[in-house]
Amino acid sequence: MKSVCFYFTIHQPYRLKRYRFFDIGNDHYYYDDFADDDIITRLANTSYIPMADTLLDMIKKTNGGFKCSICISGTAIEQLQMYVPEFIDKLRQLADTGCVEFLSGTYAHSLASLEDPEEFLREVKMHDDLIQSLFGKRPTVFANTELIYDDDIALLIKSMGFNTAVTDGAKHILGWKSPNYVYSAATAPDLKLLLTNDKLAEDISRNFNNPEWDEYPLTADKYIRWIASLPEEEQVINLYLSMDTFGSFLPGYTGIFDFMKALPAFGKESGVEFTTPSDVVAKLKPVGELSIPYPISDIDEARDVSAWKGNELQREALNKLYGVAERVNMCSDRRLKQDWEYLQSSDHFYYMSTKNMADGADHAAFSPYDSPFAAFTNYMNVLADFLVRVEEQFPESIDNEELNSLLLTIRNQASEIDSLKKEVKSMRTNIENSDEDDAPVSEELVVVEEEPKKKGTRKPAAKKTTTKKAKAAK
Amino acid sequence: MFGWEFPPHILGGLGTASYGLTKGMYNNGDMEITFVIPKPYGDEEKGFANIIGACNTPVAWRDVNWDYVQSRIGNVMNPQLYFDLRDHIYADFNYLRLNDLGCIEFSGRYPDNILEEINNYSIVAGVIARTVDFDIIHSHDWLTYPAGIHAKNVTGKPLVIHVHASEFDRSRGKPNPTVFSIEKDGMMNADHIITVSELTRRTVIDKYGIDPAKVTTVHNAVIPLSDELLNLEKRESKDKVITFLGRITMQKGPEYFVEAAAKVLQKNKNVRFVMAGGGDMEAAMIKLAAKRGIADRFHFTGFLRGKEVYQMFRDSDVYVMPSVSEPFGISPLEAMEMGVPSIISKQSGCAEILENVIKTDYWDIDAMADAMHALISYPALHNTLRDRGIEEIHGITWEKAGKKVIDIYKDVIASRR
Repeated sequence: MKSVCFYFTIHQPYRLKRYRFFDIGNDHYYYDDFADDDIITRLANTSYIPMADTLLDMIKKTNGGFKCSICISGTAIEQLQMYVPEFIDKLRQLADTGCVEFLSGTYAHSLASLEDPEEFLREVKMHDDLIQSLFGKRPTVFANTELIYDDDIALLIKSMGFNTAVTDGAKHILGWKSPNYVYSAATAPDLKLLLTNDKLAEDISRNFNNPEWDEYPLTADKYIRWIASLPEEEQVINLYLSMDTFGSFLPGYTGIFDFMKALPAFGKESGVEFTTPSDVVAKLKPVGELSIPYPISDIDEARDVSAWKGNELQREALNKLYGVAERVNMCSDRRLKQDWEYLQSSDHFYYMSTKNMADGADHAAFSPYDSPFAAFTNYMNVLADFLVRVEEQFPESIDNEELNSLLLTIRNQASEIDSLKKEVKSMRTNIENSDEDDAPVSEELVVVEEEPKKKGTRKPAAKKTTTKKAKAAK
Repeated sequence: MFGWEFPPHILGGLGTASYGLTKGMYNNGDMEITFVIPKPYGDEEKGFANIIGACNTPVAWRDVNWDYVQSRIGNVMNPQLYFDLRDHIYADFNYLRLNDLGCIEFSGRYPDNILEEINNYSIVAGVIARTVDFDIIHSHDWLTYPAGIHAKNVTGKPLVIHVHASEFDRSRGKPNPTVFSIEKDGMMNADHIITVSELTRRTVIDKYGIDPAKVTTVHNAVIPLSDELLNLEKRESKDKVITFLGRITMQKGPEYFVEAAAKVLQKNKNVRFVMAGGGDMEAAMIKLAAKRGIADRFHFTGFLRGKEVYQMFRDSDVYVMPSVSEPFGISPLEAMEMGVPSIISKQSGCAEILENVIKTDYWDIDAMADAMHALISYPALHNTLRDRGIEEIHGITWEKAGKKVIDIYKDVIASRR
């Protein structure tokens, strides 16, 4: 019995609008809402929604025999909520079937795992909180931004309590090994690793509609046959595919949805099941350790992180951004924090890539900019404004430690004030209670002295409490 | 080859390009090149081409002896050549104003009587064409087209014309009819036309109605600068320097540079702008800078010559070429070789081949100002463009361009047989 895990990924960044240097300090809104709306609505209509319907259909037809997993970023969810809320309902339906597992990841599809461990933990928590609130279940399997992974990140993933992570079955890491097994991380032995089978995934994403491919056309029975004919011991095939492959990159008329729908039936005949990563790791034991000293990803030929950190422009932008990480997290300005989130999306750095070899076309195809230099300039202008706003929150002259202690003092004082307020309140109620007790007495006294001025009698008592309050506050 | 300018005495990019191409072709081997210019000064680089001065070519017989010729023009021409040329005078041109050697005087510049000078140049071309043995004629720019046509008529050899610029570029779309007709005549008579960019190629095809099959683009290249120029000391300045360098004429879009400068200065005071060069719009630009209230940070240098040009590049942090219509534009390549990142207009021919520059539309002053600001504010961008730019320029050589031209020659000659 072989297990196939589909991972459908959905991510959209908040694209930056054209932001000139003279906007710095004047304009604090950075996003191209029109482009975001346009792109996500188009993708949802051509791809996300038909694909979700296809998956629902497959689950229904197989009575829950077909399972898969979905990785969706926080920024994509936000945009879908805003522009295509009906798709969120579809995702809920998928979650309700119990056959779809939502994976953990970073909120903004960020590079925090490479740049700032603390920020990384915060990003993942934020993402998982959102997933839990929307779909009712907290993710237990981790898939980083574009599957970025190395031995250090393994430790971070483990520290968050995950027992399983997905990463790329990069050839230069695996060598003679096959990605079709469960491995464990060298630095965190009880973290299980699932590796993607890029060849089989690309047969769908790149070759399905490629008439020049020698296996064209790809049919479901042929595909299942390939999987079934893998060596007996190779038990798990992880297929990591962008959701928009289905319907957008491969338009509906190519027959891609029918291909998907036909898979479960052929799978049943040949003993191939479609399942979730959690089920796989529950069933299979790791066959060996994998040590990955340098970060890998699923991007470009090199399968490394050079798509985002390969040139000086990208490194400069990342350094400037993460240089204020600690400070931003001390702030309480919600808009600032939101911008902080959106500016971290890895896409911004991807657009700055100057690779003009084989991968250049890929980079250019997804970029809203003419050139990497324009991407850098625009991003840096936005970032400059953002940094000014951070600076306005806390002047740079105070260093982080000092600021921390000041903030701590302020927080302590705030909590002290709170506790004192509570005290005042309880004292006041005490007094009022005692006033009520006293009232008849004083009234009696007043009555004794001056009968007509009944109303005036309350005044002294009220004054008494205010003076007490003032004393307490001191 | 017929040309109008030749280094070191150049007035624009034409001389540099003709020189670079000639040398590049020579370095491809198996080439013998005769280069005719109106007026040699004797300090031109020799060795790769035989330079003939039109002003030293006799068009009327004068009885002079060897020693006299040697003493008069020995520095620019071998007296033997003078006598060879004298043997091929084909008509009596004594009605022209001639000197003691029977030669016509040339300014070699762009004087007011340029049309007369062009005509004289073509008379001289007749003598040279009858004297020198060659396989193909190559005319650089409209000034020399009539000479090329004349030489073709005399010898029947194929004519290739090289369009470095067209009247449409120079006049922003309002061509002088005389110049236009000279250009059109040259193009119609040419066996093949070489343009310096796709942009110019389109102009030649669309505006002059030339058969596209006859027009080929050979992008210009850049001559590696000498170490002396590359090692010029930078004159340190507190402020960043952003430079415009070129003729201050309508074609070069100087007003967009001034407007963009005003935008940058509103935000950032630590930057100076330099407009280097001369031209008919200089006064207007000085006024415009004053009107925008940036005259204290906006400087004019007047026309720069030779080494001064490179010193200017060396002192600059950013080079800007906002040309409205630039057939090629060699100066960004030189700036890049000097390690100065460049902003160029998308309407310039060199934008077709350059990658490590910032390209904007010439009219988009916001984008231009933004690029200027980015280059002086974000060191990573400056460094990247500087380093990658130098590398890129080293890959653009005249040898490669020369090879393409030679291939065109071969095709032209082959198709005639």
